[in-house]
Amino acid sequence: MSGARLELDGIAKSFRGLRAVHAVSFEVPGGAINALIGPNGAGKTTIFNMIAGVYRPDSGSVRLDGRQISGLRPDLVCDAGVGRTFQIVKPFKGLSVLENVTVGALHRRPTLPDARAYAADILMQLGLHDRRHQAAESLTLPDRKRLEVARALATEPKLLLLDEVMAGLRPTEIDVMVTFLQELNRRTGLTILLIEHVMRAVMALASNIVVVSYGEKIAEGTPAEIARHQAVLDVYLGEAEPA
Amino acid sequence: MNLLARLTGGVPARSLWCLGALLVLLLVAPALLGKYGLSVLILVLYFAFVGQAWNIMMGFAGQLSLGHALYAGVGGYIAAGLFFHYGIGPWAGVFVAVAAAVAAGSIVGYLGFRFSLAGVYFALLTIAFSEFTRIAFDHWGWAGGSGGLFLKVDAASDILNLRGGPLLFYYVILALAAGTFILCRLLLESRLGRYWLAIREDPEAAQAVGVPVLRCKMIAIVISAALTALAGVWNAFYYNNLFPETAFAMGRSIEFTLAPIIGGLGTLFGPIVGAVVLTGLGEIFTDLSEVFHISGLKQIFYGLALLVIVMYRPAGVWPWIAERFGFGEKRR
Repeated sequence: MSGARLELDGIAKSFRGLRAVHAVSFEVPGGAINALIGPNGAGKTTIFNMIAGVYRPDSGSVRLDGRQISGLRPDLVCDAGVGRTFQIVKPFKGLSVLENVTVGALHRRPTLPDARAYAADILMQLGLHDRRHQAAESLTLPDRKRLEVARALATEPKLLLLDEVMAGLRPTEIDVMVTFLQELNRRTGLTILLIEHVMRAVMALASNIVVVSYGEKIAEGTPAEIARHQAVLDVYLGEAEPA
Repeated sequence: MNLLARLTGGVPARSLWCLGALLVLLLVAPALLGKYGLSVLILVLYFAFVGQAWNIMMGFAGQLSLGHALYAGVGGYIAAGLFFHYGIGPWAGVFVAVAAAVAAGSIVGYLGFRFSLAGVYFALLTIAFSEFTRIAFDHWGWAGGSGGLFLKVDAASDILNLRGGPLLFYYVILALAAGTFILCRLLLESRLGRYWLAIREDPEAAQAVGVPVLRCKMIAIVISAALTALAGVWNAFYYNNLFPETAFAMGRSIEFTLAPIIGGLGTLFGPIVGAVVLTGLGEIFTDLSEVFHISGLKQIFYGLALLVIVMYRPAGVWPWIAERFGFGEKRR
């Protein structure tokens, strides 16, 4: 398993005339961890949904290692090597934690014992192994976030899309997740693109940050550059009063 | 053996022993029961069988069909019609019957699933198809129209044409129910089965982990329709008459859903337990209503049973029994 390069080329999406995303282009090199940030409603999740095949872009294209994936159904995008989590977590509530992750693992391991063993291994890595026989609906929110990550990882993606998996976690839990993702990335070379509001995590993980606001890309750069970028500061803190 | 291992893997030994004992008991039951007892047991197995078929769609894949009478009706009519008109026996006719029901299920399924009709909207579609098929059969001369189709009642046993007494029909329906039980277990313990459960729980999340949702739902409706058609063929030859008004009735579709709902949706044993509770006790109430000259006791019992289950054991009777006695089947 190694990371795939993601390229967004001028993707745009409108909902009933309302422009959600407008001509956004950026690239995530194979094996990199990048972040997508921006205020609420900026279009981050819509961009994710276009990558994951939930929405077909009105224009532009999404490519994974040079192969166009935009317009494919979500299950085929998964097949192509994209794993994603949902901002509003979507566990298979009535199934156990282990069965949740097993469903993901079945994608590339068609027999149940195989898939279950692989799922158990991933749960171990994410610290959910002790709870594997609990129903997913009985998990706390932080554990549900972890379950989202585990289930996406079980599909053995080359690109992992994480939609606010740190939200609702305590600082120590954030550090654990950050360490896990760094370790995972170092070990497997998995490409990761994360939407995140927790700056502590973004700064620790991302080598490159893309900032969107009102559906447009307004900045891109290293964490240090972004922290100093005037347009970003304007968006987050409000524009400075003219002197 | 791989298949056997898959069939019994993870099942507590006591459950297997109990299942084996139950099967033996069912095999010798005709010798122990009188004529009346056998006729009740036949009904129980019939409702267990159609319940299992319906449970594949609703209990496993989470797709609510309220028009399953369509598949039973189409299957029954075609097998009966082929026998009535051309003397083609049901062992051959059943293939045509099942093919027709599968075609009907594919149309309903494709229209519903391709255009993402979910929940009650899909249920409405299934009702609509069942209803207009009823009207079509009302006017179809080959099938006897609204006057119905009658098979000659032969006292002589002719297994090749599925003609015979209750004993024959008992063993046929027992084989169907037992076979479907095994089929359901194998399906659940497969990738397809797990994909169904994932779709039932959250189709969007399922698709995100690579589940081909449309294809899996189509397979569910096709298998369910095929099994229901088998029940329809059996039913047509057991009762020897078919009327569009009853074969495609909304009430019949509802009847198919009761055993799995009462017994436990999505479980293997739920439809069987539900059929025992509903049909078994239902018959007792039918007798009581005759003794006391109160009509409709059975219907009142059905209503109350549903009410009690929905209020106190929404997961069904079987999960509750299974947990109490350690048979180890959870709703999945």
